[in-house]
Amino acid sequence: MEDYGSTALRRLLDVHGAALQATHANFGDATALVDPARLVDVMRFLRDDAECAFEMLTDLTAVDYLGQQPRFEVVYHLYSLAKNKRLRVKARVAEKAPEIATLCELWASANWMEREVWDLYGIRFAGHPDLRRILLYEEFQGHPLRKDYPKERRQPLVGPRN
Amino acid sequence: MSSSSDLHLHAKLPADQDQRGDLHTDHQILNMGPSHPATHGTVKFVIELDGEQVVDLDIHVGYLHRGFEKECESGSWYQCIPYTDRLNYNSAILANLGFCMAVEKLLGIETPERCQWLRVLASELSRLGDHLTRTGAACLELQAMTPFLYGIEARELNWDLQEMLCGARVTSNYIRIGGVKHDIAPSYAGSAREKIAKIRELLVDFDDVVTQNRIFVDRMKGTGVISKEDCIKYAVTGPILRSVGVPLDVRKDEPYLVYDQIDFDVPVGEVGDNYDRYLVCVEEMQQSLRIIDQCLVKLEKLGPGPVNVDDPRVRWPAKGRVFNAMEELIQQFKSVTEGPRVPKGEAYTAIESANGELGFYVVSDGSAQPVKVRCRPPSFINLAPLPLMVRGSMLADLIPTFDFINMIGGECDR
Repeated sequence: MEDYGSTALRRLLDVHGAALQATHANFGDATALVDPARLVDVMRFLRDDAECAFEMLTDLTAVDYLGQQPRFEVVYHLYSLAKNKRLRVKARVAEKAPEIATLCELWASANWMEREVWDLYGIRFAGHPDLRRILLYEEFQGHPLRKDYPKERRQPLVGPRN
Repeated sequence: MSSSSDLHLHAKLPADQDQRGDLHTDHQILNMGPSHPATHGTVKFVIELDGEQVVDLDIHVGYLHRGFEKECESGSWYQCIPYTDRLNYNSAILANLGFCMAVEKLLGIETPERCQWLRVLASELSRLGDHLTRTGAACLELQAMTPFLYGIEARELNWDLQEMLCGARVTSNYIRIGGVKHDIAPSYAGSAREKIAKIRELLVDFDDVVTQNRIFVDRMKGTGVISKEDCIKYAVTGPILRSVGVPLDVRKDEPYLVYDQIDFDVPVGEVGDNYDRYLVCVEEMQQSLRIIDQCLVKLEKLGPGPVNVDDPRVRWPAKGRVFNAMEELIQQFKSVTEGPRVPKGEAYTAIESANGELGFYVVSDGSAQPVKVRCRPPSFINLAPLPLMVRGSMLADLIPTFDFINMIGGECDR
């Protein structure tokens, strides 16, 4: 694995090399694929290490690679105000009972974005304080951004509940 | 309303030290929204109230969810652009731009210089329109009708300029992968300068009735305060982050297009209350006008030139050739029915939208259909810390605070 000139990737390789599964810098975006079991440690390091200093979890989303194993990829985009650098961190999640650790304790911004991923992809975030649906309503069946959810499927809306 | 300093103190005091403690009542739950006249956005607040004081707040978003990502994943790359228009009705061009720049990153396309200046011009018009709506609507929701009309009149002039640019006022669909829809007319700069002079006059009028207005200042100063640390923890960007004194602006920090050749300033606030956010927005409008002036001068200096990249993957062949040559006819057919094939990979681009960092994360498997189009919506992310900003303050303070978060339902709920 290479660091492609990225300080953050070099620090990760030095300190958490065992937790890394792959790195790339295609199209100029430094990316690390991380062992999901070590995700929280790696992320805490990236936030607290003086050379990385990723104070912001800018974006969190998931991608469904239906037909591949493991099926899901959770994608985190980090930004460092101090260094003006970005890093993408990814972790793969299996199809059966997909679950990954929450990052709510590290960054408050993870809360809503993890709820959105749970809502739309059905990936559970272990330890999340409030894992409710956020964009869809509670009675909604299924997770619409999964590739096997048909686009045309309609679900009758429920009325207001008291 | 009590005076601003009093409100500020009240917001800071924990409940047990509050000298008005004997006025506390049993908590009641108030449902506000999803369609409330004092919020310009479809959102529901479930508010726990102690008298008129907000104890806690739960935000229900998603009323405008229409499956933006799902729709994008089922069409061609070009078919996504009109969907991005619908993310933010105030600044559709910025969303067009963010998406197209992400796809261009995958394609490895560098757009022509004239196109980049046109894109900056279009972006700043959008930003101006967004800020005019935000400040105008905030006044309206604080019961001030006149400044709202000044703001909306200026926005109409601004929309006239956008209409001259791309034929539509709101849903522009102006930016293309590798370029823009078309160049501006030769008369554009003249009428733009006329309208911008009028917008500047209206901004002076707006400033005269609002900025020092006692009622407005009382409701804005010291309300909706957020700390720098909380902003960073919540990944808040845009005018809210700048109002706490962090000069983060993607246009300055990671310059895209030709922003590194443009002279403009990034205004910042000090305490991070609603009034600071208002002042930041007002100054950003002046900076946008300054950038537009520079764009008009530069576009005149550059003279006519290509506004679309000459790349057969994304360029449509010239119409004269399509009607007379078989190869071009085939290419036209393929371009329309299939659209460009984008190289395999993933890319993230961020641009500075009116609300903060607007990011697009796109994944391609090498085909003509996207695997994933994620919009990083500043409205959604900036809304999350709202409970922090209003906890302990009066219910009425929720209104200006929510206004200056400027949640746009289309972008927040996608």
